[in-house]
Amino acid sequence: MKLKDVCKILEAESAWEADWTPSATREVTSCQASDLISDILSFRGPDSLLLTGLTNVQVIRVAELLDFVAICFVRGKRPEPEAVKLAEDKDIPLFATPLLMYEACGRLYAARLPAGTKKEASPIA
Amino acid sequence: MPELEITKIQELIYELRVGDVMHKDVVTVMPSTPVSKLREILRDNRISGTPVVENGRLVGIISVEDFIKWLGEGSPGCAVADRMTRNVIAVCADEPLIQAINKLERLGFGRLPVLKRGTEEVVGILTRGDSIAGLLKKLDVDYRQAETRHARSSHIFEDIVADRSSLIFEYDVAGGSFDRAGASASGLKTSLMRLGINPQTVRRAAIATYEAEMNLMFFTNGGLITAIIESNSIRLEVTDDGPGIENVDQAMRPGFSTAPDWVRELGFGAGMGLHNIKTCADRMRLDSTVGVGTRLAVEIFVGGQT
Ligand SMILES: Nc1ncnc2c1ncn2[C@@H]1O[C@H](COP(=O)(O)OP(=O)(O)OP(=O)(O)O)[C@@H](O)[C@H]1O
Ligand SMILES: [Mg+2]
Repeated sequence: MKLKDVCKILEAESAWEADWTPSATREVTSCQASDLISDILSFRGPDSLLLTGLTNVQVIRVAELLDFVAICFVRGKRPEPEAVKLAEDKDIPLFATPLLMYEACGRLYAARLPAGTKKEASPIA
Repeated sequence: MPELEITKIQELIYELRVGDVMHKDVVTVMPSTPVSKLREILRDNRISGTPVVENGRLVGIISVEDFIKWLGEGSPGCAVADRMTRNVIAVCADEPLIQAINKLERLGFGRLPVLKRGTEEVVGILTRGDSIAGLLKKLDVDYRQAETRHARSSHIFEDIVADRSSLIFEYDVAGGSFDRAGASASGLKTSLMRLGINPQTVRRAAIATYEAEMNLMFFTNGGLITAIIESNSIRLEVTDDGPGIENVDQAMRPGFSTAPDWVRELGFGAGMGLHNIKTCADRMRLDSTVGVGTRLAVEIFVGGQT
């Protein structure tokens, strides 16, 4: 699914004044949702969308480390300035949807965007 | 394969911004500049038009066509202000290049002044030639980057003649600096990718480093992260002389956390960090002495495992 289709489903818009059209055609293959950094870090996110209510700079960090395609903030939340700066630097598009987490997830799931694998080969656990 | 190549080019086109390819040292004229001076200005700078700027603001644009028209009218004495186009169409430096190219095409213009977003300050000028040259240059750069990366990644350890060799990266982590924390993990990730280590392995190393880094940031006054990269493993050593951990087994348990409320409000403190490190590691060891400090050692095998 293209990023622009995801945005349409979520009624999402750019979370700050950036023009995100260049990334509109990026492919989103799955979605992960959480408000806990450690949860997010247990996901394996290449090409995944991150849905979250967290708006601080560390959300961008973990999205960078896990190669998320984009971040969408739920409940109309907007990213903090430090977060915007880092996202710009790392080229991670940021969106905001007025929907609550439950409905945002529900809509994407109903549109058949899969949950994505939880883990890559984990040797110990 | 051809399809892939095209997507790569399309991606590049969408990625490039006007600011990446524009001419930065723009020649400008003032509204009061006599039109008779234009000949030298255009000729000496080998340009076919120039923005007209007054008090740092873009007020018009004048081109060689305007100049020729003026010549045809018998070179009457007048200033640039009388001859320039006033309703200038400009682009912003952060605009995608593709949009600007479309504008050039649609309007049939030879050049567009580039403004800093939200201002009327001219920061550059974009011509048709620039856009294509910029694209080609970028393609070339990417191509070469890919080549050197390939060369490096496959040979870095093979090229070294030694019984054992390793690369050591050190990262200083400050305690309490929330905004900057994570930079070590990010830096390590970038470096490991450049070494050509497979992305899944890189992610595991980055996550382990990140969790350790955040623990240093929240629970200590800072510490040191050392990454030792060898041909078949990545070892991480994280040391601090902070308060130490009373019961290491308990700390390792998923869900155990002593994080205060302000930490939890930021999305941390689930008590999952050390557990995450363990799931990323092939080997992990945590030693701590209260009042002395903590030492975490992690080993991730490169190749094979992933
Ligand atoms: N370097 C350290 N120095 C002192 N105490 C530490 C250190 N690292 C971890 N701890 C202690 O171990 C506990 C568990 O750490 P862990 O990383 O698993 O969870 P957390 O940091 O509390 O939450 P999360 O990592 O999920 O955000 C911490 O709450 C803290 O009490
Ligand atoms: Mg932690």
